[in-house]
Amino acid sequence: MSKCKTSAEVGGMGHSVKRKEDARFIRGEGTYVDDIVRPGMVFMDIVRSPYAHAKIKSINAEKALALPGVAAVITGETLKEYNLHMMPTLMSDTQMVLPIDKVCYQAQEVAAVIATDRYSAADGVELVEVEYEPLPVVVDPHKATDPDAPIIRDDKEGQTSNHIWHWEEGDKEGTEEVFQNSDVVIKEKIYIPRIHVASIETCGCVSEFDKANGKLTVWMTTQAPHAIRTVLALVAGHVGLQEDKIRVISPDIGGGFGGKVPVYPGYVIAIAASVVTGLPIKWIEDRRENLQADSFARDYHMDCEIAADKDGTLKGLRIKTLADNGYADAAANPSKYPAGMFSICTGSYDFKKAFVEVDGVYTNKPPGGVAYRCSFRVTEAVHAIERMVDLVADEIMMDAAELRMKNFIPKEAFPYKSPTGWEYDSGDYHTALQLAMDNVGYDELLKEQKEKREKGELMGIGICSFTEVVGAGPSKDFDILGIKMFDSSEIRIHPTGKAMARFGTKSQGQGHETTYAQIIAEELGIPYTDISVEEGDTDTAPYGLGTYASRSTPTAGAAAAMACRKIKAKAQKIAAHLLEAAEEDLEWEVGKFSVKGVPEKSVTIQEIAFAAYTNHPQGLEAGLEATHYYDPPNLTFPFGSYIAVVDIDSETGEVKIRRFMAVDDCGNIINPMIVEGQIHGGLTQGLAPALFEEISYDDEGNIHGGSFMEYLVPTAVETPHWETDKTTTPSPHHPLGAKGVGESPTVGAPPAIVNAVVDALSHLGVKHIDIPMTPEKVWRAIHK
Amino acid sequence: MATRSITVTINGEAKTADVEDRLLLVHLIRDNCALTGTHIGCDTTHCGACTVLLDGTAVKSCTVFAVQANGREVTTIEGMEGEALHPLQEGFVEEHGLQCGFCTPGMIMSSKHLLDKNPNPSEDEIRWGISGNLCRCTGYQNIVKAVQYASNKLQETATEGGE
Repeated sequence: MSKCKTSAEVGGMGHSVKRKEDARFIRGEGTYVDDIVRPGMVFMDIVRSPYAHAKIKSINAEKALALPGVAAVITGETLKEYNLHMMPTLMSDTQMVLPIDKVCYQAQEVAAVIATDRYSAADGVELVEVEYEPLPVVVDPHKATDPDAPIIRDDKEGQTSNHIWHWEEGDKEGTEEVFQNSDVVIKEKIYIPRIHVASIETCGCVSEFDKANGKLTVWMTTQAPHAIRTVLALVAGHVGLQEDKIRVISPDIGGGFGGKVPVYPGYVIAIAASVVTGLPIKWIEDRRENLQADSFARDYHMDCEIAADKDGTLKGLRIKTLADNGYADAAANPSKYPAGMFSICTGSYDFKKAFVEVDGVYTNKPPGGVAYRCSFRVTEAVHAIERMVDLVADEIMMDAAELRMKNFIPKEAFPYKSPTGWEYDSGDYHTALQLAMDNVGYDELLKEQKEKREKGELMGIGICSFTEVVGAGPSKDFDILGIKMFDSSEIRIHPTGKAMARFGTKSQGQGHETTYAQIIAEELGIPYTDISVEEGDTDTAPYGLGTYASRSTPTAGAAAAMACRKIKAKAQKIAAHLLEAAEEDLEWEVGKFSVKGVPEKSVTIQEIAFAAYTNHPQGLEAGLEATHYYDPPNLTFPFGSYIAVVDIDSETGEVKIRRFMAVDDCGNIINPMIVEGQIHGGLTQGLAPALFEEISYDDEGNIHGGSFMEYLVPTAVETPHWETDKTTTPSPHHPLGAKGVGESPTVGAPPAIVNAVVDALSHLGVKHIDIPMTPEKVWRAIHK
Repeated sequence: MATRSITVTINGEAKTADVEDRLLLVHLIRDNCALTGTHIGCDTTHCGACTVLLDGTAVKSCTVFAVQANGREVTTIEGMEGEALHPLQEGFVEEHGLQCGFCTPGMIMSSKHLLDKNPNPSEDEIRWGISGNLCRCTGYQNIVKAVQYASNKLQETATEGGE
């Protein structure tokens, strides 16, 4: 705390102040979408396909419509009248809202029933009769481009195969040359399975259309309300919904993790139905719909190759990836990056050359490719490099920590240009790994492992030294559907010195109401308790691209600091007027301007605010407010070193995480308590896919499971006690020296755990295990 | 569909309603009584967001019919605050035991049940005690600390009261 510039009362950066939003949540007084009730509101439920690929021969809604309480049944034909049966995805692909003639994945929306209450809507769904004619399915992405594979997207002109796009980065020839001239080349196939964010709140909306004013209001589980408003205006402009007549409100959100970025068909059907019927409509998915039909994450099949010299010098990296995008490319990556930031895959190491290529294909599975608490495919990239580095260590019999230390990009090399084109802003990888090793007692652990091995016990130590890339992003490279990925802050200082701040982002649990207030407190010296933060209402908040990919602090947080600096510049003019001094003779210390050398001649920010409305200098506008749209000059590159220690039961294959040490560096920290909470949560969402979670399909495209019975979100019992520590390497370009943090632990944890498990079994000849490392998979690896 | 009249005491207040046999307790609480602090995360008894106390025992109200609560007492998150916040509510704030807040009411109700049975649980007992409640944000560590905070505070109060 000694490093804080502000007092505890002001609560600027570095103070672990308690969260302002908690007051309502602990009382059950949060307002989530399903808590919203409008007069005359009706409910929508959805008929879903049992087939992964089938022609729709007929839809008969007679029985459903005869049911008391059922008001309407909406099909693709209904929407086609308004040309709303198709919609664009955020990746400029297209996607059915409701089908006309065929379905392309199991649980796809087929029709919607509108009824007076939830139960009648569900009854109606049961009574809608759909006749299907099953078609051959494409489940395995490796077979998607076989000549005899059925074309899934035959609706798209010119689409003659299931191949969507090819993307590559790096130096192909140069990398080949490095591979030819290296002592050691190692290859491994790594699969990162399809997983689901499974936020505890599912998705849903309440849509209300005010016919008299032509205004649509949609309360919606969205992480990006402004972008959604623009998409709605683009999709439905032709039926009269222009952007000024659309209000998207993102109320309290029960977890997002990337799953609440896309536009799902359910939202569009509910909106269309509310406009057509004039009735406010509520649609809330149940958990099975959420797991079976909403955007998935990952599903990357990676062929990795690494080249090194015998002394442990890493030289070249080559990764060829097959991305299973399901029925549509409905990811939420920046336009120029169909594979997200996957090319960060050279990680924390100083490679000479790298070449990476990704091919996206269609299959008969739900569309998506969104993040799962991950900045655009960084998790896949980090998994690949951190596994491959361990494979080199194993091959040349060098300690995994030593190999990393030998190859880390040195602190002096920043800003560092990576072989795939990124400019890392700052880093100090050696210090972070050394701290993690010291904290965990690395040498003693190695000794213990040796002793245990002699007794036949299985113990492993796994390291992951990751580099993240977050804060999208600079407008020269980053946009979604053409909208540049800046973010915004609008701050008003009231006459009494209290403040109101609004942002283009949207918290889903990250604590923005507290941390943004702390940024303003830091900059202006107004106590954080005197600052109200609002987000999520497109009628009131400034335009921004929303909260995902750890971008809020790097973009909107920076915007807040810049807006404060504009306010401070004006405040200085008012202070000069009040103190009857020249502007340049004033100096700022937290919360006040004083005359240089005459500290008793000072005015507080509160006095200045009052004067801005009651006694502003002639020639200067009244009021004290500013808006800033922050276009970051670069991304931020948080990093960390994690060490997992596992014990494995050789009889059952069960992996027990004995210790997990996470050293993170996210630059300057706004609220240490919140950052630590983000790390705990992110680590748990790294543990989950490492050991438990997977969404898989049978040969017919039927989902295995699809409820929380089979999709194993870890409970408090499986989750270990996390140990955390930090180093601080400020971002040189962020106005607060801050970086994003929410996703670092989700990115860094899985490879640390895999490396630990493989390490425990390495003497048995085990080189690699794909996640999730279920007891069965681990047992088979042991007993092979 | 046939309905029947039931009376359920929710947070000390008797509520009478005509309900279908199939109406879930959670919908009675949320829709009929407008107490929206009790959340729905799965409707299959897995996530625990809908946890309430039924005659003092934690139940997942998505898997209890409203008619089963006839003549019985239900406590929801809205019934936890008396003159002051309940020590569990206070603990969740002090120890940063919540992020998005969606699982929080259910977590608090399960924790209340745990502390009523076992006022001084070990970390392991707390972890098992809340293992029917999923949280996707916190990684549970600070929830454990929040329950420990409440346990300590409740025991201190009990000791002071006894003196």
